[in-house]
Amino acid sequence: MNRRTLLSTAAALSLISATGALAASHGDKLKVGFIYVGPIGDGGWTFEHDKGRLAVEAEFGDKVETVYQESVPEGADAERAITQMALSGANLIFTTSFGYMDPTINVAAKFPDVKFEHATGFKRADNVGVYSARFYEGRAIQGHIAGKMTKTNKIGYIASFPIPEVIRGINSAYIHAKKANPAVEFSVIWAYTWFDPAKESDAARALIENGADVILQHTDSTAPQAAAQEAGNVITFGQASDMSEYAPMPRVSSIIDNWSPYYIARVQAVMDGTWASDDTWDGIGSGMVGIGEISDAVPADVKAEALALKDSIASGDYHPFTGPLNKQDGSVWLAEGETAPDGDLLGLNFYVEGLTGDIPN
Amino acid sequence: MIRLERRPQPSRAWTALTPVLAVLLTMVVGGIMFALLGKPPLEAIRIIFWDPLFHPQFAAYSRPQLLVKAGPLILIAIGLSLGFRAGIWNIGAEGQYIMGAICGAGMGLAFYPTTSPLIFPAMVMAGALGGWAWAMIPAVLKVRFGTNEILVSLMLVYVAEALLASVSQKLLRNPEGMGFPGSRNFKQFPAAHNAEIFANSGMHWGVIAAFVAVIFAYVLLTRHIQGFNIRLTGEAPRAARFSGVSPARIIFLCLGFGGALAGAAGLFEVSGPAGQITIDFNSGYGFTAIIVAFLGRLHPVGILLAGLLMALTYIGGELAQLMLGLPGASIQLFQGMLLFFLLATDVFTNFRLRFGKTEVT
Repeated sequence: MNRRTLLSTAAALSLISATGALAASHGDKLKVGFIYVGPIGDGGWTFEHDKGRLAVEAEFGDKVETVYQESVPEGADAERAITQMALSGANLIFTTSFGYMDPTINVAAKFPDVKFEHATGFKRADNVGVYSARFYEGRAIQGHIAGKMTKTNKIGYIASFPIPEVIRGINSAYIHAKKANPAVEFSVIWAYTWFDPAKESDAARALIENGADVILQHTDSTAPQAAAQEAGNVITFGQASDMSEYAPMPRVSSIIDNWSPYYIARVQAVMDGTWASDDTWDGIGSGMVGIGEISDAVPADVKAEALALKDSIASGDYHPFTGPLNKQDGSVWLAEGETAPDGDLLGLNFYVEGLTGDIPN
Repeated sequence: MIRLERRPQPSRAWTALTPVLAVLLTMVVGGIMFALLGKPPLEAIRIIFWDPLFHPQFAAYSRPQLLVKAGPLILIAIGLSLGFRAGIWNIGAEGQYIMGAICGAGMGLAFYPTTSPLIFPAMVMAGALGGWAWAMIPAVLKVRFGTNEILVSLMLVYVAEALLASVSQKLLRNPEGMGFPGSRNFKQFPAAHNAEIFANSGMHWGVIAAFVAVIFAYVLLTRHIQGFNIRLTGEAPRAARFSGVSPARIIFLCLGFGGALAGAAGLFEVSGPAGQITIDFNSGYGFTAIIVAFLGRLHPVGILLAGLLMALTYIGGELAQLMLGLPGASIQLFQGMLLFFLLATDVFTNFRLRFGKTEVT
């Protein structure tokens, strides 16, 4: 240990004792904080997290106080925002974007009495738990509907960043579209953003011009929906939020992130003193991933098949990544009947066989 | 009748007064905006301007953070101000900042995990050179082909952003990062880490560099022939040419200096507060520094104060969001007002108000 780390350790300790006193003076109200990557009005990812926050308020009434900070850039600013939230006496802090991983871990080390929950990351500590949703389960249902409904056999996919989360979604959608319609082709555009209506709109238009009549998106704004509506005869799916204002066409269904039950359960656990760091990865079964109403634009038989698929995933009878599945290069990933282990899925960095193009890598 | 009459000389009193007036007007109009949002205006203003410095709970943490936030702003703004004084409009400091970060971080990561004490100085050199080289593109194009440096430097920001996305996923990606984009974290690379020089002081090498740059620019402008040439070129280009000042030389000097300082700022940020190269590492310092340069009247000491003031509105703005639940966008509006009112009141520096009838001349 050199002098520098010694000094900072000493400083961190003094910070801790100061915050311990603050937390004690806070009374019996539990203060729950949320760090958001986008504005709460984004209509997608952050909007749904904020709904979870409001659900916590509704559930616990004046036993909790919630605070939030929106549009927090990932990086140095995030660390400050989280620290200030902890300093303000928050007892439990949800950091709701992948890029907050290192900042959350750093701040958590300075505030051992504060509980942290980081969404979609993989680093944990005694006072940092991680949680995410198995969105790929919802992608399977989208893929099925998309494969059945496309007339041009071209499906466009607006991807955000080439991280395992997004690659899982592309693979899952492709596998099930291909099952429904062996002639489908996917084209993927990487937008390198979670939320940028202009970029997303451009990507959607480019895909539509190239003949795609289904647009799937892994970005959070409703801009692709608007672009599809303008083009006509193109279907889309709501992302993160229901986006039902675009139903019944172009939006024919959606994947809805429903964080409310989880947030309520975690707040309850802190109140009961039973909170412990854990790793939650829930899907359709627990309700963390919801499938938005399938609109009348979808033929009744396709709708019935999609709902049956949803039920079999929810009950655990069917896993969206079930062998035989090969990697893009033709090598075997999963043998007949084998399902993908979570470890593989968490670090997924390859396409399955049949997808064209490269993952930017 | 009210009309404006041009002053024979820019008013010195108004030059000093307008920044103060702009801050006051921002407080008043910003306060009205906060009131319309249903938040207590006086409390909001107090939280933004007073609490980061003196709040018993936060100040110990946020005071050093002021330096962390102001450091890169001042460093970049000093470089820009020289160009602005000479009438050379480098709008692309954001791109030079990114390139400095990429080159400097690349230098450090190439020698991972060295413990040599020379690595950090080498990174600073590489960072400054990266920013300098990026600024040389508009400089050469302007000198050789007479292109507009505003457009070229601005467009190069987008090129730099694309390069940043590329290196964070390919060249500089953390091999132990499970496929996620982003470089190794410099916090785990002590020899290359731009840590705080004294723990919890906020003082890292970038802040020191900013202070040195302020002194250097002050001496250059008031005591050195090149500083005189820069001022002369801006105020009387023809006179400058007659007295033998080479416009090309001034262009290279100003853009090169601005680029090198922006590049160094990028390196200090990536190896310190940000910690790693990520896809959206840049958070607009290069653009905000333009506001800082003008708010500081293009004077080194003014820029120092303006940088600290800007940092105050950032950190205070975050606290206001946290404590009052103000929307993030209202804080950005508040900062925007500052520049708006500065430009608006600036008119009194060069013009005076005249009441009464127009005199016929």
